[in-house]
Amino acid sequence: MTTMTLGDAGLEAALRDLRVAAPPAVGFGALVDAGLADRYAPIETPLGQAFVAWNGRGVSWIGRADDGAAFEARFRADVGRDIAAADEVPERLGRAIGSRIAGNRRVRIKLDLRGHTTFEVAVWMKALEIPHGEVRPYGWIAAEIGKPKAVRAVGTALAHNPVPLVVPCHRVVRSDGMIGQYSMGGPDAKRRVLSSEGLDTRWLEEEAAAGHRFTGSDTTHIVCNPTCRDARRVTPQHRVTFPSLVAASSAGYRPCLHCRPVSLAA
Amino acid sequence: MAGTTAATDSLSVVLNRSMDTDVALAKRLAKDLDAAFPVLVDAHQDRLYTIALRLLGDRRDAEEVAQDALVRAFRAMRGYQRERVAALRLRPWLASIAVNLARNRRRRAEDRQPPNQLEPMLDTGFDLPADLRSGPERRADRRETQRELAEALLRLTPAVRTAIVLRHVDGLSVAETAEALGRPEGTIKAQVHRGLRELRITFETPALRPPTTPARARAARLLPALEAIR
Repeated sequence: MTTMTLGDAGLEAALRDLRVAAPPAVGFGALVDAGLADRYAPIETPLGQAFVAWNGRGVSWIGRADDGAAFEARFRADVGRDIAAADEVPERLGRAIGSRIAGNRRVRIKLDLRGHTTFEVAVWMKALEIPHGEVRPYGWIAAEIGKPKAVRAVGTALAHNPVPLVVPCHRVVRSDGMIGQYSMGGPDAKRRVLSSEGLDTRWLEEEAAAGHRFTGSDTTHIVCNPTCRDARRVTPQHRVTFPSLVAASSAGYRPCLHCRPVSLAA
Repeated sequence: MAGTTAATDSLSVVLNRSMDTDVALAKRLAKDLDAAFPVLVDAHQDRLYTIALRLLGDRRDAEEVAQDALVRAFRAMRGYQRERVAALRLRPWLASIAVNLARNRRRRAEDRQPPNQLEPMLDTGFDLPADLRSGPERRADRRETQRELAEALLRLTPAVRTAIVLRHVDGLSVAETAEALGRPEGTIKAQVHRGLRELRITFETPALRPPTTPARARAARLLPALEAIR
């Protein structure tokens, strides 16, 4: 039993002795909440397992990697922040990402896009407007964000998308209608994601190869991007295809207000 | 008392040094908050955790309060003008954030359960590195003292407890404690005095210690009987 009589100095020393070290989660947790470090965990995607990183400001990175260590290394090299594995993705965030991948555009997911140019962010925000199961050409994004000549830069920005699948860069295809590149694993991965959204990629590529860039309806005289949900409702006997918007326009067709097809320079 | 003087001197040297570092740190935070914030976390996380643990007595609550205090400090500084960040006295300012968060948490806990059931969850949180100068017995003794002192702290009234924790556990000056708690220095001195006296009473008369464990409760019940026999 500690029947000691403590003098003032002794008591004060004993009180100082009550100092303890904070568990590591305190400091790291604060840095994560402040957006100065990140946590990550695996998620299931149409491409199999991937990893998602997040901090207090939002989702910062999604990518495929052989394992957590490889993901961490890439994250540190690319983003330059510290990162540590979490047990799992926070439940709400996991559900939101799953729901977004499944095509629900209403679910809100905060994104941490610090360190990227306003042009890149504009490209990614525009890609978010492309509906599930539909595609648009790079030139469409360029025109929609008011930089019609920046088609190549749009491609580069999409290649640098830090949060693929959530920002659906896979729904942007080459201006000639071919499937194009994809940062999550090349054209094959892109086909797999688009197929998971119900898009028949073989049909898409055949149409492109045949020069059918736009689809119209001879009853409404409206012309669409081929994957626009309005175009896909047109029955075969009323479907007409055009190699260009100019051809459609001279045939008396006006552009669809939903998918807003644009003429593409070469 | 040469030894005591030397100890006091070296303590004040340490305190002065940490205050100097804080002035420099506040300037760095004003210049580049994102770059300097990890330094603040390193320098202050242990004391904020200690303050929260000694006020609340629960490790998980203390972890959350300490982390939340750091994050709130970050967000506040992000909203401040540079001059205001540069002029922050970090030690009392951060302590006040942790104290307020701990108080809110305790009140929420009290709202959830009737006060008579509110036996503080005693979690004194010691996995301290072993004191190299002392053998295992002294270490066990020391740990027992710390545990009892931590429990005794939790039995002080909240106002007295915060004053003691900031002044003597965290080691703020009376002026800094007054600043952190928004109370006059005279009040702090009185509360600290009262707190020390109550803690000392608890220690000098073990039988008067409030029963905290079944064994001790039994002992306390038995004591009058034993006295009667004698």
